[in-house]
Amino acid sequence: MNPRIKSWAWQGAAVIAVVLLATWFSHNLSTNLAVRGMQVDFGFLASRAGFDIPFRLVEWDSSYPYGWALYVSGVNTLLASALIVVLASVLGLALALMRLSGNPLAAGTSRAIIELVRNTPQLVQIVFVYVAVLQVLPPMRQSITWFGSIFLNVRGLYLPSPSGTAYDWIITATVVITIAAAILWRRLGLIAVPRLVVLPPVLILGAVIAGFTASWDYPVLRGFNFVGGTRIPPELLALVLGLGIYTSVFIAEIIRAAIEGIHRGQSEAARSLGLTANQSMFLVILPQALRILIPPLTSQYLNVIKSTTLGAAIAYPEVLQIFARTVLNQSGRAVEVMTLVLGVFLVVNLLTSAAMNAWNRRLTLQGR
Amino acid sequence: MRPLVRALFGTKLNAALTLLMLAAFAWALPPLFRWLLSDAVWQAENRAACTAAGTGACWAFIRARFALFFYGLYPEPERWRADLGLLLLAAIGAGALFARRGRGWWLAALVTIVPVAGGILLAGGVFGLKPVPTPNWGGLLLNVVISFVAMAGAMPLGILLAFGRRSTYPIIRWISVAMIEFWRGVPLLTILFMGLVLLPLFLPQGVTVDNLVRALIVMTLFNAAYMAETIRGGLQGVPRGQAEAASALGLHPAQVQLLIVLPQALRLSIPGIVNIAVDLFKDTTLVSIVGLFDLMGVVNQSMKDPAWLGLAAEGYTFAAIVFFFACLVISLGGSLLERRFGVAHHR
Repeated sequence: MNPRIKSWAWQGAAVIAVVLLATWFSHNLSTNLAVRGMQVDFGFLASRAGFDIPFRLVEWDSSYPYGWALYVSGVNTLLASALIVVLASVLGLALALMRLSGNPLAAGTSRAIIELVRNTPQLVQIVFVYVAVLQVLPPMRQSITWFGSIFLNVRGLYLPSPSGTAYDWIITATVVITIAAAILWRRLGLIAVPRLVVLPPVLILGAVIAGFTASWDYPVLRGFNFVGGTRIPPELLALVLGLGIYTSVFIAEIIRAAIEGIHRGQSEAARSLGLTANQSMFLVILPQALRILIPPLTSQYLNVIKSTTLGAAIAYPEVLQIFARTVLNQSGRAVEVMTLVLGVFLVVNLLTSAAMNAWNRRLTLQGR
Repeated sequence: MRPLVRALFGTKLNAALTLLMLAAFAWALPPLFRWLLSDAVWQAENRAACTAAGTGACWAFIRARFALFFYGLYPEPERWRADLGLLLLAAIGAGALFARRGRGWWLAALVTIVPVAGGILLAGGVFGLKPVPTPNWGGLLLNVVISFVAMAGAMPLGILLAFGRRSTYPIIRWISVAMIEFWRGVPLLTILFMGLVLLPLFLPQGVTVDNLVRALIVMTLFNAAYMAETIRGGLQGVPRGQAEAASALGLHPAQVQLLIVLPQALRLSIPGIVNIAVDLFKDTTLVSIVGLFDLMGVVNQSMKDPAWLGLAAEGYTFAAIVFFFACLVISLGGSLLERRFGVAHHR
């Protein structure tokens, strides 16, 4: 057969099949909606929500519209994702270093933890932490107390919270300076000094200085409740601990594979050129390992954002819980609500993976 | 110094690490051992009797609810049917793994006889078998059913999508890319919700779809997208010369792909496919959030039973142990598969 005709025939058939399927679905949808006396209309987003969101970082009360609830719950999703990413990266690095330490006791323990955690479902781990650990904590009056100012009880974790103008400025300045320095590192002529060694201490130092200038608001037990400070609800704690631990073992394996993937000869060559062990680690091994690391690490971080939806199992107010449960139940607008929820995740995922791909392309070995 | 001593105490840092690890063991292991085993209660009538008898885990709860955890509400006189179905799956699966000859036949049986016979056995309604409606299917049985169906469905669909994404026809490629990226870009739980609330709206009026079937459809499509990417990786790993040589021998393009390229690509993607199977099996617990009673859902429910109220630690520990060993079995099967058909020993 003439290849051009064949090409047109196949592609034409595919288009017709897709169009037919889409027509069938939309026909069914419009009939079903007509029977229920509804139509697809996003106007409901402007109407009064009338429900409370128990935990939030941004303004909300029941007089706000449905649309604003998407923003509030989206911020909650991002907050949980950010905390999980930090916890999982730190724990993962620790587990990987234990595994690579050459100490059989540490390596064996790390291996046992990794196998145990990655072969059990994340949902079981999250719900276990929530129901079997956090919900059996003592009540308010018998809180577990650390340093007289941190309290853990069945209602959550109570932390002192910092505030003050000087504090805000120092924190902002430190973060901006660190990010700018990280980007402009080479331009500043600091190629022989590894970024990874200098910048984290700078960040920590900035935070400590800011902490000294801040006025701290301590949680205090007044009657039946704590006043002041910040409360981290058990739902967020459970989600962060459960998913953070689950993700950390995958990150540990990714880091280990990346470091083991750098040929021994590289570190031997670095040592014979006179670099110290630390220099060879930070200037030769890690930059190369980072290159192998980025693609799988990206997909782990994307998985974290997606997995925060499991917060719906323990009623953490994230996008799925607030939107696909509360808003959907109240408004009955299944098509609009699900389109928004799917759209949010799709956009976040595609944007993140595009950004990470661009960064990865910059780091990839040229001319291979 | 002996090697082990050197490895543990060779440098100051290492010695410190060893001591730290030993301290952590001393702190964590004895209470864990006491709770799990030495102080645990294995026989009791209810929770009150359990707490009276000891301070450890109340395994009597698991014993009392064991059948529920494995079969859900599947009626007791009919449970042999579930056993037989699982036995059939295990036997034919083992055949496909271990058989020296006729491997193709075993695989064909796995994707034809097992679903048909298993479906008849579980659902009943024919050959004088009492019908058992799907809301009664539950426990670990449901996790196995969902995993098997999703895996068996995702495989051919994934192969199709992988070829589609590599197609030289742009329209076919775009459709495949859109399909794959959509399912990979959204969380599994959101599309389980979508199956729950949206699927009925997209079907003709009056057509109702069973809750289990909705979950099966969603799980299959979701895993097909991941499968497609894994198999695409395998397809890229097959040297070009293979397809060129096959064409030169006069094979039709479809024959080249199906008989020469695909088998080698599948062999290359065995580790990826096994990973998908493990993830899929763990993710079947998510159906408990959309109202199905898999092992996780049954455990959630059992803890609300007044006689065994609030034995969460025991219930979830048991679920974790079951999943751990099930995933271990899948991984072991996978590495066996890899050793037999994989590329490792051909190098």
